[in-house]
Amino acid sequence: MKFNKASDIIKYMKEENLGLFEYALVHEYELTGRTKEDIETYLEHVWTVMKEAIAKGLDPDIETKGKIIGNESLKLMNPDKGQRSVSGKTMRKAIAYALAMMEVNASMGKIVASPTAGSCGVLPAVLLTIQERFKLEDEMIIKGLVVANLAGELIAHTASLSGARGGCQAEVGSASAMASAAVVYMLDGNPDQVFDAAAICFKNLMGLVCDPIAGLVESPCAKRNTIGAANALICAEMVLAGIPSIVPFDEVVEAMYRVGKALPVSLRETSLGGLAITQTGEDYQEQIFGGCTVCSNCK
Amino acid sequence: MKDYSLFDILGPIMIGPSSSHTAGACRIGYMTRNMIKRPIVKVQFDLYGSFAKTYKGHGTDVALLGGILGFSQDDERIVQAYEIAQEQGIANEFVLKDDEDEHPNTVVIKAVTDVGKHWEVKGVSIGAGKVVIKSINGIDVDYTGEYNTILTHHTDNPGMLALITALLAEQKINIANMRLYREARGQKAICIIENDEAIPEETVKRLQIIHGMHYVNVIERIYE
Repeated sequence: MKFNKASDIIKYMKEENLGLFEYALVHEYELTGRTKEDIETYLEHVWTVMKEAIAKGLDPDIETKGKIIGNESLKLMNPDKGQRSVSGKTMRKAIAYALAMMEVNASMGKIVASPTAGSCGVLPAVLLTIQERFKLEDEMIIKGLVVANLAGELIAHTASLSGARGGCQAEVGSASAMASAAVVYMLDGNPDQVFDAAAICFKNLMGLVCDPIAGLVESPCAKRNTIGAANALICAEMVLAGIPSIVPFDEVVEAMYRVGKALPVSLRETSLGGLAITQTGEDYQEQIFGGCTVCSNCK
Repeated sequence: MKDYSLFDILGPIMIGPSSSHTAGACRIGYMTRNMIKRPIVKVQFDLYGSFAKTYKGHGTDVALLGGILGFSQDDERIVQAYEIAQEQGIANEFVLKDDEDEHPNTVVIKAVTDVGKHWEVKGVSIGAGKVVIKSINGIDVDYTGEYNTILTHHTDNPGMLALITALLAEQKINIANMRLYREARGQKAICIIENDEAIPEETVKRLQIIHGMHYVNVIERIYE
């Protein structure tokens, strides 16, 4: 059965006595016409690529430098150098992993667009942090991926996952919502809580603009992935403590879509506004491309 | 709106940094190579819009060339595309165009094969790693690579489609989408048939001997 609203899915699951993962998997077979083995093999591959990318990003011997960012995630991984962690071990790790993914992406390494390349750091960072913290099996992470995917499909259907359409809230916001949904599922939250966590994630990042310097997927994208990861953990924390979202997931996604449409074009991946046109942003532009890349008016 | 599956949301698995500028570019190159199916000795990429303006920053050049070399969008050899092309003796050139009418992420690939045949394929990267081939050898088409596809070049004779579809029916190949394009009445025509099933070699051979058929090619689906 295919539903486009989380509320319909939750209702159906209760009637049929199905779990969220079980529903999502059957729905995926029906949608793609692919076998259970195909889907499982693909998911295992996705998780392997994600883990390998984080490891690569944190390997001191591998250079992961893009045009602007690079080789910085590692700085968060050495707590024994007398550095004090401000936000605690788990949060610090999630931030480091998200940056590592984005550095690998910027340096033309292999990543999983989840849901996009610009937001590819959030989901793997959150999943690996939680796996290590709670010593979860890969099998459970794969279930988490399926639940994250279900949230992503609902968002893609009702709103958008593209920065050009909806700003960064649609990319990092969606990644954050997907990741938070997965965490709540993996830590035994109920389906209402899974979608509440995703809803709160969007509420926290609503209106986030897409303004990449020099049009590259680097700055501020990499650090925005860290807020996406941190946000996913924060929202899962609240929900698992019994704090619900005031506005339900389906309504929040609709609101996110409306906000995205209301954003001016200059703040939707065109590099015509926000940080992209600061003095520093323009200096990078000049240095990398030797001038403006977004229009040819100044030729 | 269109339905999205696992392969769209948790994917593509790709070489960074940009699904439209890198993964999509690679797929256009890869689909072009799949279409040509002969060794390529020379290739020129005409880049339009954002492809022309930011190709160096996003590695669009190595992605396109990597695709022509037969690398899929998640192949780490993409970054060495220039070196590998040189080893294989494939001359390559990137030409920047400033035609404002084109879609922002457009490339026209002009390739020459070892037997001197010229190909010209126009592709557009539409976002999220998805691509559309817009023209093949001067004939406008609309083809996405989401199915196993039969591409025919034939003369626009009456009854051609009936012959082609009868043969596919006999082979139990289910057609998902089918489109016919032609230069002019009685002239060169292209048929693009997107199928659910893989296309056996035998089917291609039998299609090739239809009277008026110039060229039959199978382009395998490029998505997971």
